[in-house]
Amino acid sequence: MNAQFDVIKKKRIQMTIILLVMLLIVFGAKVLTDFSFMEGLASIPGTVFWMFTNLIPTAEAMENFPKVMERLWETIILSILATTTAGIFALFFALFGSKTTKINGLLALLSRVIASVFRNIPVVAWALVLVISFGHNVVTGYFALFFTTFGFLVRAFMETIDEASTDSVEALNATGATYFQMVFRGVIPDTLPQMLSWVFFMIDTNIRSATLVGLLTGTGIGYIFDLYYKRLDYPTVGLITLSIIVVVIVIELISNKVRRMIL
Amino acid sequence: MQISEIASSTTSSIKVRNGKIQIKTFNRSNFVLQLTLAFLIIFTVVAPFFLDYKSIDLQTAIFYTVDNLKMMFLQPALNQITIGTALIQILITLALAFLSTVIGAVISFFLAIACAKNLAPTWLSNTIITFNSFIRAVPTVLWVLIFAIVAGLGSVAAILGMTLHTIAYLSKAYSESFEEIDGGMIEALRATGAKWWHIIVHVVLPQTSSYMISWTFLRFETNYGVAIAMGAAAAAGGIGFELFMSSSFYYDLHEVGAITYFALIIALILEVISVQIKNRLIGSR
Repeated sequence: MNAQFDVIKKKRIQMTIILLVMLLIVFGAKVLTDFSFMEGLASIPGTVFWMFTNLIPTAEAMENFPKVMERLWETIILSILATTTAGIFALFFALFGSKTTKINGLLALLSRVIASVFRNIPVVAWALVLVISFGHNVVTGYFALFFTTFGFLVRAFMETIDEASTDSVEALNATGATYFQMVFRGVIPDTLPQMLSWVFFMIDTNIRSATLVGLLTGTGIGYIFDLYYKRLDYPTVGLITLSIIVVVIVIELISNKVRRMIL
Repeated sequence: MQISEIASSTTSSIKVRNGKIQIKTFNRSNFVLQLTLAFLIIFTVVAPFFLDYKSIDLQTAIFYTVDNLKMMFLQPALNQITIGTALIQILITLALAFLSTVIGAVISFFLAIACAKNLAPTWLSNTIITFNSFIRAVPTVLWVLIFAIVAGLGSVAAILGMTLHTIAYLSKAYSESFEEIDGGMIEALRATGAKWWHIIVHVVLPQTSSYMISWTFLRFETNYGVAIAMGAAAAAGGIGFELFMSSSFYYDLHEVGAITYFALIIALILEVISVQIKNRLIGSR
């Protein structure tokens, strides 16, 4: 009885200490970033009200619609293209890096490290460096998206391969299959649906990242958003935001549907 | 006896063509898979022709990029800012990410209770899911810029924008882990006459806390990257802003390299911690 009481008491003390430490960090972070909860809370109703009064596309804004569509189309192509090409490279790196399909330990470590570095260098850094030599061009956006997508997909594919295919790999190895037979007959068919699902997830993410990259590098929908935002032409900004919402939700719906069918 | 005769005599489900046993049969999911794959491959081949390259000289551009990347990664140096400033800016970025994760996590917890199908009515859960997908559809940077019009550019707008996306992400993750709770436990507590908050405190929290911690830290890791981006694109301060200044203002690639290394090291540390937390709390499969 007493021992049990002690356990509960100890847990309570532990929880209190964790909570206090968290509060301390929150306070420190608040001071460091000059953030005020009150100001944040106070600006929410204002923003919502502002959104409903200013971000509604007017007839004038609709005149910019063809321009917006052109840029949006560019962004969609860019996101899908960056994802699919990165996916092809990521597949090979994932095969080299995964525990079940690695060729040797050194190569596995190398591909893991490369992927991790690409994944963790912020997309902003890529965009800002590439824009210096490639200029305000779609190629800048493409490479910036490609590098981060590649890093992420290697991790995702590697986990998929590790989780899914040990049994079939073992069975194929037992029958004396070669490495290539094992990979192309066992691992890839097993993991393809899951990997495609990751590719769809990444296309979705990339459309949003493409907006950010476009803002920094002057390409795609991000550029046109920045343009009208700085011109204070808010109805057009609203139109652009709405069209991004529609595209992202449509792509999400399609990918959910496909995912449900193939998984 | 021929192979085909053996095959047809054993089971009728085995199909044989050209003397080989067919191991693949038609099914819908396979068909959709192949169709999707074909679409993606055709798109990848055809799409580059739809883009407008504005007569870019690829060869020189690649040459300069390689040169720039060399400057960036092989000769990193801090020129405009000191190492102390860089560290403080990193801390600010971490603080931005931390604040938006914590605020987001607290709000998400309550939203997730209202969103989990086994704890809340269906209409409420559907409303929240729709609301979340609306929030998620708008890129973070646009949220931050929209908030900036009322709150002004700076940490308030950045944290509000990042918090919104954190809420959309975490409330989905939390509610999914709530939905995996054994329904019997909730029923048992309800049968004893436990109140709604008893169920939350004594079943939901203990059962899902390890999942929630691991998801929250994963989001913190993501938010760190987002905070860098917001610093660069929406002037939220922190290391992202320094990155933007040194590349677009001073054209100092050595400094861009040094800052990138700083950001990278922190990101790698966060990733290692997040994997450790996941393995320790949930257990690696």
